Amino acid sequence: MVASVPPFEAFYERHKTEVFRFLAGKLGRERAEDAFQETFLRALRAYPRLEHGEHLRAWVLTIASRIVIDGARRQRPQGELPELAIEDVRPAFEELAALTDELPPKERAAVVLRYGYDLDYEEIGAALGSTSSAARQAASAGVRRLRADNKKETQQ
Amino acid sequence: MTEMLTSDLDERFRAAAAAAGLLDVAYDVFDDTAMGPLLVGVTDRGLCRISYDPEPEQELDRLARVYGPRVLRSAGPVDRVHRELDQYLDGKRRAFDVDVDLRGQPAFYLRVLGELARVGYGETTTYGELAARAGNPKAARAVGTVMNRNPVPIVLPCHRVVGANGSLTGYGGGLHRKELLLRLEGAI
Repeated sequence: MVASVPPFEAFYERHKTEVFRFLAGKLGRERAEDAFQETFLRALRAYPRLEHGEHLRAWVLTIASRIVIDGARRQRPQGELPELAIEDVRPAFEELAALTDELPPKERAAVVLRYGYDLDYEEIGAALGSTSSAARQAASAGVRRLRADNKKETQQ
Repeated sequence: MTEMLTSDLDERFRAAAAAAGLLDVAYDVFDDTAMGPLLVGVTDRGLCRISYDPEPEQELDRLARVYGPRVLRSAGPVDRVHRELDQYLDGKRRAFDVDVDLRGQPAFYLRVLGELARVGYGETTTYGELAARAGNPKAARAVGTVMNRNPVPIVLPCHRVVGANGSLTGYGGGLHRKELLLRLEGAI
C-alpha cells in the first residue's frame, strides 16, 4: 500500500534540519534563512496536490535546489555566480524534466538532480534516501535508457 | 562546520505559514492550564479541536484526515483561544466568543452539539433532556456517544451533561476534570 501524505508538521519536523544544512552549504547562513522559508512555503502550497507520502525527502530537496538556482539566476547581473552557473535561458532542470518524463522515477530523479541541479552523488543519494553509489548507478542507467530511446526514435 | 537551524527561524517559518493563509489547521499545545496540557487546533473558520491528550501524533493524523494535510504547530492563530481558555479557567469568563468549526460531523452530532452549546454556565442537563431537545428523546445513549466524541470540550460544554440521577456518569477527559469544571462554575 502506498503511504498517504503525513500531516505537514511531521514532514516539516523530519526534514527541516537537513534542508537548512543543504541551503546553508550552498548559500551561506544569511541567505539560507530566506531560502529556507521559501522552500517550506512552496512545499506548503504544493502539499495538498501530493498524491502519496513517498520520496518526500527528495521532493523537498528538489524544491530547495530550485530555489538555490533561482537565486543564482537573479544574482547574475551582479556577476556573482559561485557554483551554479546556468548559461541557457531555459534552465537545464526544466528541459530535463520534459526529456526524462518516461524514465522510472528513481532514475529520473537521479538524472534531473545530477544534470539539472548539479548536485553531487553524495547529495543525490541523500535526497533519494539511498547511497552515493546507488545514485551514480541510477543516473547512469537513466542516461543509458535515454540514449537508447533517442536511438530508437531516430531510427524510426 | 555544521550550520544549525535556529528556533527563531523555525518560529518565523511557522508564523509566515499561518500569515500566508496556507494552513488547514494551526495548533499548539498549552502546557500550563489548570486542566493539564491541552492541544488546541483552529482552522480559518474557527476552533476545531481541544484535546486533553498532549501526545499529538494520532491527533494530527485525525485533523489531517478531516481538514486537510497542512496541519502545523503555529502559536499565532490559537492565541485568542488560549486567552479565552485562561480567562475561563480563572473564573473570569462565562462564555466563549470564538467560532467553532464542526465540519465533517454527522447531522445528528451537529444537532446535539448545537443544543449543547445552549446549556449555560453553571447549569446542568441530562443525556435524555439533550436527546429530547435534539428531536430524539430515546437517543440518550447516542447523545452519550456524541459527548464522548465532542471535538471541542470545555468550549462546547459536555461537562454540563450529567446522568438522570445526578451522577456525573462519564467524561472523555476523565471524571476528575468534569468535576473540576463543574466546581469552577459553581454547579456542584
